[in-house]
Amino acid sequence: MKYVDEYRDGRLARSLAAAIARAVDPSADYHFMEFCGGHTHAISRYGLEDVLPTNVRMIHGPGCPVCVLPVGRLDAALRLAGRPEVTLCTYGDLMRVPASHGMTLLRAKAAGADIRIVYSTLDAVRIAEAEPDREVVFFAIGFETTAPPTALAIRLAAAKRLTNFAVFCNHVLTPPAIQNILESPDVRALGRVRVDGFIGPAHVSTVIGTEPYAFFAEEFEKPVVVAGFEPLDVMQAILMLIAQVNEGRHEVENQYVRAVRRDGNSKAKADVAEIFELRKSFEWRGLGVVPYSGLRLKEAYAAYDAERRFGIAYVPAADNPACECGAILRGVKKPTECKLFGTACTPDTPMGSCMVSAEGACAAHWTYGRFRDRQRRAP
Amino acid sequence: MSPKIFRRRLDIRNGRIDLSHGSGGRAMTQLIADIFHDALDNEWLRKGNDQAAFEVSGGRMVLSTDGYVISPLFFPGGDIGSLAVHGTINDVAMAGARPLYLSASFIIEEGFALAHLKRIADSMGAAARAAGVLVIAGDTKVVERGKADGVFISTTGIGIVPLGLELSAEKARPGDRVILSGTIGDHGVAVMSKRQNLTFETAIVSDSAPLHGLVAAVVDACGPALRVMRDPTRGGLAATLNELAQQSRVGFRIDEEALPVKPEVAAACELLGLDPLYVANEGKLVAVVAADAANAVLAAMRADPLGSEAAIIGEVVADDQRLVQATTAFGGGRIVDWLSGEQLPRIC
Repeated sequence: MKYVDEYRDGRLARSLAAAIARAVDPSADYHFMEFCGGHTHAISRYGLEDVLPTNVRMIHGPGCPVCVLPVGRLDAALRLAGRPEVTLCTYGDLMRVPASHGMTLLRAKAAGADIRIVYSTLDAVRIAEAEPDREVVFFAIGFETTAPPTALAIRLAAAKRLTNFAVFCNHVLTPPAIQNILESPDVRALGRVRVDGFIGPAHVSTVIGTEPYAFFAEEFEKPVVVAGFEPLDVMQAILMLIAQVNEGRHEVENQYVRAVRRDGNSKAKADVAEIFELRKSFEWRGLGVVPYSGLRLKEAYAAYDAERRFGIAYVPAADNPACECGAILRGVKKPTECKLFGTACTPDTPMGSCMVSAEGACAAHWTYGRFRDRQRRAP
Repeated sequence: MSPKIFRRRLDIRNGRIDLSHGSGGRAMTQLIADIFHDALDNEWLRKGNDQAAFEVSGGRMVLSTDGYVISPLFFPGGDIGSLAVHGTINDVAMAGARPLYLSASFIIEEGFALAHLKRIADSMGAAARAAGVLVIAGDTKVVERGKADGVFISTTGIGIVPLGLELSAEKARPGDRVILSGTIGDHGVAVMSKRQNLTFETAIVSDSAPLHGLVAAVVDACGPALRVMRDPTRGGLAATLNELAQQSRVGFRIDEEALPVKPEVAAACELLGLDPLYVANEGKLVAVVAADAANAVLAAMRADPLGSEAAIIGEVVADDQRLVQATTAFGGGRIVDWLSGEQLPRIC
């Protein structure tokens, strides 16, 4: 398959692995955070841990949209879906994320709520058009990558003068989250998490470009390499990060040159800017309340804002106290350090969001990598 | 053909199923005669008894039953009728059996077009004839609009296994080889390409096919070295290997690069975020055989048109955790876990 197979080539991978092995200083340790769940998934899916030197450690970051959605926002979506006039349209990966009281969208649907899985924001607009008697609400989540399609859906609904379409907006932004991690006591004061560099987002960067990361590289003296989601992309980015660390550099480099430009996609950015504005603060699972990290609809589009239209007030809700998703999303703990991992919490019976999404650190480790835990335990 | 008691012929072109077609009255008898008997004709159906009596030769009998609720009813490479024949024939055949007879039960939604029902029944008849298997008993029920989705079909099949051949899911042993009869994911992707909200252009057709000929070739080539066969339908090859790992209390190690996947299927899976290992098949089988018989089985499969792309994809290993593991193209390892949740409802 053109444009895919060349980035998964086993022969190239072996030569890159050899180059990484030559590049690392055997007396040093390298701790890199891959921000995105897409990278986490690629690392686990292709078994990259097996081909990296043991002194290169990857820390999974919070860049999984499903994982960082806090319980309170899910509870709000369930309240919306509970209204008899509402049809809630959602991407499929949200269906099994646990909300308060063991509730999920999947269970609510089974109990009679009108919840439909869509593959595109435009499907939700189509449903609103076809079923004028229903109040169709699109459950919008995701980073800068998925905000433009949500903006497009709102513009389309406005052009069609649909009065029964609204968006429950949970879009979040990457740079404030990275800054939050770098400024967190775990990283700065307590030194519980060592991050020597970042693998920067792939798809997000196609929209926002590489420029927004320059601040982190400079202010926090951490190298950032923006990388694609294919396994060879990740390996090449690791090699580039190792070179920066060895040479004492901290720059923003772009491995994903086939898709990412310095300034990103100005059309997509303009679409988002037209419809959305920054929230003063937004709660993330794991990171807590992060200032100016979320989007909401501008006043001019208030008619399409489900929160305003249905008077949805945000009520924070606690995670399951035994669930370590928060610490895992901050890179403080590994999935295997959670008591629930692999016992009460598996992809079939997820207790926390990191076990639900294929991009979540727990699901990725359970699904692809748990055989290594036994190998480590064995003498 | 309808006897003369029916005053007016069924209007197959424009007619629709109504509740009278399931009431036990004349309308139902006419429906059965004009659509089902016409399509599936054989001496048992013609007798019109509530059961079919037949003789069997020596050997062990195999029985299998399966319900079909696929959506959409017509998909590239088949429809619910042919699928209901192939699926049950294959379940019977995986025991090493020669399938003999099927029964078919239809649950039809009020309002369903008679033209569609006829197309499905004709397709069923054609599939059964091509496979040399007869549908000798059936049932028809009609439910109110909204209580079903067009038509649901259940088929039950029986077959005979030669004496001495006892395939079973607990028989895989470390060292055995795993042989797959062809490309994976074709059926699931073909069905998905026609789903509402997901329609995409593709030339992929379902692999739906009866596998008992291929099974007979494998049995001939392998004999007692054959441990177990299974057709990887819902949940794909990943589900089948995990089931066998549990039942045989072993692990599997497969080589990802050895898995045959059509480029179009790989591309569609890439687009939809699916792994072909988890996508349904309806015309493939996986055989676990003793290592020294692997090459003979591979050759026998490849000599059959339905097994021309067969490949040895891995082996059975000792593993008290019963994991299915894959060696990736990168030389790394990963687990091929059970599918969690629902990848795609109503795929068969």
